[in-house]
Amino acid sequence: MKAVVTVTGKDKVGIIAMASRECARFGANIIDISQTVIREYFAMIMLVELENLNCDFSSFATAMKEAGEENGVDIRVMHEDIFNTMHQI
Amino acid sequence: MINVHDILETVDMIREKNLDIRTVTMGISLFDCISDDKDRLKVKIFDKVTRSAKNLVSVCEELEKMYGIPIVNKRISITPLSYIGAGLSPEGFVELAEVLEAAAEELGVNFIGGFSAHVQKGEILGAKNLIEAIPEALARTNRICSSINVATTKAGINMDAVARMGEIIKKTATLTADRDSIGCAKLVVFANIPEDNPFMAGAVHGIGEPDTVINVGVSGPGVVAAAIKEAGDCDFSVLAETVKRIAFKITRVGQLIASEASKRLGTPYGIVDLSLAPTPAAGDSVAEILENMGLEMTGAHGTTAALALLNDAVKKGGVMASNHVGGLSGAFIPVSEDRGMIAAATDGALTLDKLEAMTAVCSVGLDMIAIPGDTPASTISGIIADEISIGVVNNKTTAVRVIPVVGKDVGDSAEFGGLLGYAPIMPVKQKSCEAFIKRGGRIPAPIHSLKN
Repeated sequence: MKAVVTVTGKDKVGIIAMASRECARFGANIIDISQTVIREYFAMIMLVELENLNCDFSSFATAMKEAGEENGVDIRVMHEDIFNTMHQI
Repeated sequence: MINVHDILETVDMIREKNLDIRTVTMGISLFDCISDDKDRLKVKIFDKVTRSAKNLVSVCEELEKMYGIPIVNKRISITPLSYIGAGLSPEGFVELAEVLEAAAEELGVNFIGGFSAHVQKGEILGAKNLIEAIPEALARTNRICSSINVATTKAGINMDAVARMGEIIKKTATLTADRDSIGCAKLVVFANIPEDNPFMAGAVHGIGEPDTVINVGVSGPGVVAAAIKEAGDCDFSVLAETVKRIAFKITRVGQLIASEASKRLGTPYGIVDLSLAPTPAAGDSVAEILENMGLEMTGAHGTTAALALLNDAVKKGGVMASNHVGGLSGAFIPVSEDRGMIAAATDGALTLDKLEAMTAVCSVGLDMIAIPGDTPASTISGIIADEISIGVVNNKTTAVRVIPVVGKDVGDSAEFGGLLGYAPIMPVKQKSCEAFIKRGGRIPAPIHSLKN
């Protein structure tokens, strides 16, 4: 199962490091990553494979959200299907 | 990888524009609960409902986490109770409502709909006694919703039932007078009631439905309003296209949740209802959509045309996004549940007459409208008769959910709380229709009902 992790917020040093460290901690394998900075607004998107996740999906999503809050960014983990169904026919 | 712009658009819709799934509603047939022993019937109903929907709330919570989208309501619809308790007294029906309330509490669902009867041509004993029980049942419970179908295009309008529902609404208002007559917010009178509607107060599990079923209602007025704003000064063709595109995306999410919920609950998937359902929250308003199209305020001339365009484009966009569409499927205009409608009604720009015209081009009818507490029952019946006629003649669903707020008059407002919102008391016509309503009998079905 793959999920999309979106990290958005004000740009600062170490956001990618923080998010990828958290992914590694839970066994989520990053298979694609892209990021943009529009003015001071940071948006990073990671596609992660969750086959070897060492906890359930819900705990992973909650932990990522909390890690984001501690660092002043918004982190959401969502199953890739919501994007596939919404944007592809 | 999925397009970055698409991903950010989805996240923005959920985070900033109130995109959510309004309801996952499980329909449950109660036909196998029928018993001539009232206590046995109560036990069987409680068991069937709690057994069938045991995992409804937990599965919805899992899906919320998994897809990152809120599912605001988890609800149940049941077979119209007039059939299931056909031999019961009015007191017996009140007891059934209390049993269902207990089941709703145990399951943690927001509402159970189906304290209902079909009386378009006349009343069976069960329907007569259930209607008699409505005021008491709605006063004693918080999560039970009642709907009465008084007309169909095929059968015409049962004016005896219309007259009676005026009185029942008054009585329901009186019994819940201490809470701004909130009982009436859980009671709706229908023409052409759908059998698979997931929205309250009119959800029932129709008699042609499977034993259990999952129906999903989407939301998203905020997303549509924002898309129209972004489209800027475009012509109507572009405007309609913009709504279609966004409706497609909204509905796809509903379809995804419906099929996943159905899989995880081991329950067949029924339909996705395409209705745009507003909430009293800022940025979640159907009125705001109409105003973004260029109206100074909802209720201005042009409102009916704007709503007609919106309703049609939502259906066109949505129908391709889902393999089964049903329920009410149209824009809702519940006054107390929509911040823009509340503002327009308070201002006087939006009147009952304009709302009636708007219901001719959208679903579902005169909805969540607070009127003076001293409105005569016959006037309420007149409001019902007018609205129901629009549904019968135009071969569509219409309904009336008005709240005559006891002790309040024009200039006051009523507070219902939560998603039911708050509303200014709107004026009704002062001229009487009592002699008209008192005639009784049935208004014949329109000529176009003879299609065979």
